[in-house]
Amino acid sequence: MSETSMNVRVTVGLSSCGIAAGAAHVYDAFESEFEDKGLGVLLKRTGCIGMCYREPLVDVDTPDGRVTYGGVTPEGVSKIIEEHIVGGKPVEELMVRADGRELPDDSYYAQQVRLVLRNAGIIDPESIDDYIAAGGYEALAKALSEMTPQEVIAEVKASGLRGRGGAGFPAAMKWELCAKQEATPKYMIVNADEGDPGAFMDRSILEGDPHSVLEGLTIAAYAIGASEGYVYARAEYPLAVKRLKMAIADSLERGYLGENILGSHFSFTIKVKEGAGAFVCGEETALIASIEGQRGMPRIRPPFPAAEGLWGKPTNNNNVETYANVPWIIANGADAYASYGTDTSKGTKVFALAGKIARGGLVEVPMGIPLRDIIFEIGGGIPDGREFKAVQLGGPSGGCVPMEHIDINVDYESVTKTGAIMGSGGMVVMDDRTCMVDIARFFLQFTQDESCGKCTFCRIGTKRMLEILDRITSGEGREGDIERLEELGRQIVSSSLCGLGQSAPNPVLTTIKYFRHEYEAHVNEKRCPAGACKALITYEIDPEKCVGCTLCARVCPVDAISGERKQPHVIDTELCTKCDACRNACKFEAVVVK
Amino acid sequence: MANTVETGASTSEVHAVVDRVAAGFTDARGALIPMLQRVQAELGYLPPAAMERIAVRAGVSPAKVFGVASFYSQFRLKPVGRHIIRVCMGTACHVQGSGSIKEAICDELNVEEGGTTEDGKFTVEPVACLGCCSLAPVIMIDEDAFGRLTPDEARKVVRNYGADA
Repeated sequence: MSETSMNVRVTVGLSSCGIAAGAAHVYDAFESEFEDKGLGVLLKRTGCIGMCYREPLVDVDTPDGRVTYGGVTPEGVSKIIEEHIVGGKPVEELMVRADGRELPDDSYYAQQVRLVLRNAGIIDPESIDDYIAAGGYEALAKALSEMTPQEVIAEVKASGLRGRGGAGFPAAMKWELCAKQEATPKYMIVNADEGDPGAFMDRSILEGDPHSVLEGLTIAAYAIGASEGYVYARAEYPLAVKRLKMAIADSLERGYLGENILGSHFSFTIKVKEGAGAFVCGEETALIASIEGQRGMPRIRPPFPAAEGLWGKPTNNNNVETYANVPWIIANGADAYASYGTDTSKGTKVFALAGKIARGGLVEVPMGIPLRDIIFEIGGGIPDGREFKAVQLGGPSGGCVPMEHIDINVDYESVTKTGAIMGSGGMVVMDDRTCMVDIARFFLQFTQDESCGKCTFCRIGTKRMLEILDRITSGEGREGDIERLEELGRQIVSSSLCGLGQSAPNPVLTTIKYFRHEYEAHVNEKRCPAGACKALITYEIDPEKCVGCTLCARVCPVDAISGERKQPHVIDTELCTKCDACRNACKFEAVVVK
Repeated sequence: MANTVETGASTSEVHAVVDRVAAGFTDARGALIPMLQRVQAELGYLPPAAMERIAVRAGVSPAKVFGVASFYSQFRLKPVGRHIIRVCMGTACHVQGSGSIKEAICDELNVEEGGTTEDGKFTVEPVACLGCCSLAPVIMIDEDAFGRLTPDEARKVVRNYGADA
């Protein structure tokens, strides 16, 4: 602890989701009460603490230990100050984690190994001093003063680090290809475009520990012989962009960037480029085109960017998480990193766990952990007493993994065998009320919208697939539709230039593979087994269960429900828009979907 | 940040904004997209006069500028309301019912998705993913995020937002 009269530190999680949950108000409440009461407490902000399902999160560090509070409101703030900070007794009902105590939420962290997220939730991401105090930039100093560029590449190669953007290509191999090139200048790119819907790993790393990415990037630049770097961040992440720019400016000021870094002969500068809203720009050649000011359309490889990339020069592009691993590897050694994971998938992976899961948030686990453990141990299983149906891995390029594969180990090869891909880390869980045909349609609508249009099969093929899925989900499926989807899917995969087209049919093909019976019900019986596709369902009130409390009638936005108080109510199906408000409101489970 | 509806900006006013933005760029290489972004930040959208002037300042053809502006979803070629409501249509939000949220908001404001309310107060924009998946379903109004919504709550948030604006 530091310069405070009370030897107490309060840290509030202020990443985007914390702020969305109201953490800024919590921070303000602490600030004003500390001032009003004249309490000498160190109040800090931090990035994503990880337990997103418990936002807003507050850590209170006293000489007695550290307590994490969840679901904190401004009212809770007063309680914490009065009872814990002043009174010395932690507030039991808000506690989610505490030193020396065993609490139900402990199983969220028990199997996690936080290497990439080592500083997230602990340091102030806007303070370079915090980063340095936590060991920051020691790896860079070591690399520049004790290692040659070839030795850096050898160390990363020995660690087994594979690209974390989704493809899993060995990082050191990519660096080597670029390092060998003679043309200059060489460029570095950080792919911070994180376009997969449902993925927020990179956002959390950038908002919570931006220096870790910059340091990793600089070490890689040294290894490759690059002089300029670009962080390509999507415009939808304004806080990440802001913290990156601050970190770059601070780093420059302290000599960790710029000319002759730390007294060496190595010079390197970094600029931030904001994306403009195009999922395809996560593809590296499209990303490069975007930096050049062009339409983000991929081009054929070879030549690979390592040989001819940005402005035609040798360019190395890696994902945010890949770079964030590098300082840890250099500081702790390849062997330490390789002690985690499996033979072919070393290290850890950050996953964004979301959807129908009790404990959604940011988790970092060793490669090879059973998928079951992530979902049921860490994630706490499916809420509201519902059943697990599938988990989407790899976003719109990936696939759904059903219950029959729940015991796979999460590593690149095992996941690929199921038909899905590891992807960037988005893990969206679905329960028995999720319609898999609807999910397939959802993903295809996304990729169809984002297709750059260059390749005929991707441009027109995805549109045709979407039309078929639209018909199926609105009750107009025709015989042969499923086979048409399969054929189109195969053709699009084989005839597309870039990863977007090559993987766009994946969600459709994997859901057909594992949930063909759902497609058949939609097409042949015009029925949605999950009860989700609006065109195929009707809402009804069970007169046996309805007590006539009138709550449903009151929340109905189109006044489709009628009934006397204490008498069973009725839904007018002509007016009903199937918004689900009545079913959500009913406390007697009287609203049924058929 | 609130966007003002600049339908009234004259051509010379638009040109002045572009010229001022362009003066801030020393390197023409790769400047086109940031230039478009900064001009849009000032004007709220990209009127034809702005794109033509950017073409002159960036040294490229107007067709090229239009080609880039029409490719990226961030660029708006029509004026927008004072406040932008972004409805997240990402996977986690979809699974948690974002479709109903979007319908509720459009119904409450009497607009189509992508449209602007008659009084110019709101534009409703579905977006791919805001990255706040643990709080699904999520919307953002300007820089403020609202999570864990039900259709009813979404209506309330929208009704009460900027009650004085």
